[in-house]
Amino acid sequence: MTTLLNVKDLRAYYGQVQALHGLNFSLSEGSLTTLLGANGAGKTTTLRAICNMVRSSGTIEFDGQPLSNRSTENIVRLGIAHVPQGRGTFTNMTVEENLQLGAITRTDKGGIVADIERMYGYFPVLKQRYAQQAGTLSGGEQQMLAVARALMLKPRLMLLDEPSFGLAPLIVRDLFKILGQINREEKVSILVVEQNAQLALELADQAYVIETGRIVMSGAARDISNDENVRKSYLGY
Amino acid sequence: MELFINQILAGIATGAIYACMALAVVMIYQAIDHLNFAQGEMAMFSTFVSWQLMQWGVPYWGAFLITLVFSFLGGIAIERVLFKPLAKAPILTQVAGFIALYSIINSCAGLIWDFTIKQYPTPFGSSPFLGSQLISTHQAGMIGLTLLMLLGLFFFFRYTRMGLAMRAAASLPESARLVGINTSWMIALGWGMAAAIGSVAGMMIAPVVFLEPNMMLGVLIYGFAAAVLGGLTSPFGAVVGGFLVGIFENLVGTYIPGVGNELKLPIALALIITVLVIKPAGLFGRHIVKRV
Repeated sequence: MTTLLNVKDLRAYYGQVQALHGLNFSLSEGSLTTLLGANGAGKTTTLRAICNMVRSSGTIEFDGQPLSNRSTENIVRLGIAHVPQGRGTFTNMTVEENLQLGAITRTDKGGIVADIERMYGYFPVLKQRYAQQAGTLSGGEQQMLAVARALMLKPRLMLLDEPSFGLAPLIVRDLFKILGQINREEKVSILVVEQNAQLALELADQAYVIETGRIVMSGAARDISNDENVRKSYLGY
Repeated sequence: MELFINQILAGIATGAIYACMALAVVMIYQAIDHLNFAQGEMAMFSTFVSWQLMQWGVPYWGAFLITLVFSFLGGIAIERVLFKPLAKAPILTQVAGFIALYSIINSCAGLIWDFTIKQYPTPFGSSPFLGSQLISTHQAGMIGLTLLMLLGLFFFFRYTRMGLAMRAAASLPESARLVGINTSWMIALGWGMAAAIGSVAGMMIAPVVFLEPNMMLGVLIYGFAAAVLGGLTSPFGAVVGGFLVGIFENLVGTYIPGVGNELKLPIALALIITVLVIKPAGLFGRHIVKRV
């Protein structure tokens, strides 16, 4: 499999504080990779560094192209959709406008209309609420909207920052099932950051464990979830 | 009764101008969270440009269109040169920037065109409108043109992709960047459009207040009052606020003895303070609640 995203010696800083201390990891095309770790380990920072939303050094290559020196919006235009922590919903716009915004860089009008319908197929509840202000949706619905909005970009890589945050366990299960389906059917590679390690490991094929800004463990998701020592010391279940 | 209707209609006519100014102010406020104190001076300068074009023999509507384009580009240039570098500066620095811009434009206009009062033509004429004594053709034209422009803006923001992108950039810049919108250019575009809207207000009010470098001071303060009344977070509110303030100004001036032209500005300021004390979000504004 070809490497889609390659991160080498990634360091990131918030003012004087260094949050990432030389991260190395890669992600192959079509894979579903998860980045696990406790609060404050640097998971969100890693995703933000990929999209150049935080000061960082090191090299990040997407499909062979270096991403440094590109602005966030230009990185997105390469086909990297980022669902941020807190979902980034345009709360004062309608559900459908949120989906249109996801496709704002595209010019194929017919394709956009068809894709909106396809998203309603994945998430029927969004179709029921298409004219509603997105801020009035429940947390789970907003997360679905965020995923759908990201897919409207027709991304090659989707970055998801704690999609399970604040959602009821049943809804999380549904959401993760759909993420797996999207990964297989749409051929979108996914990098998902999670605190809910158990669930993420069930879903992913590749996993990295991050602690205080360093990768401390990597391997096939199944191996990691089967390794009791790793589970107890890093993942806490 | 006829006096009353007359004053209401006249109020709507000047209210249209306040609505334009309020809308221009709100557009920039939504994009960068600051009030553009120089909005009126930008409009005044644009109006002078159109006057100069007419002096050179360009017909009215030609000058009007050229001025719109000039103002649009000028607004973008001001944002790129002055406010983009200041984007992350503290609020007082920004305020200083606005005041500097105000006095620079004001002095430049005085330098180029001097401070004497000039006549400014109206394309609508100033005869009674449809034979009625209630309203003049210029006032009717002012209202019509403003409504036309507001309608156009509504369709632009509601139904076009560019309008959608601009709204997204103004409401949530970070999320907007994450869907691939170049938010920095959207802000510049907002400045351009605000400047063009302001220039329409300037060209429409100039036949009434006459053309001189300080002509927009009162208009801008009423525009601020309109924006505050309608709610600084609501373009729709700004427009409604503009018309309400225009009517209010006229009625107070007519029916409350002792309030002549001299007290017009204090009335606007009193209105601003009253709204801020009683209903800070304005009539249509949203209270911004932040979850922490």
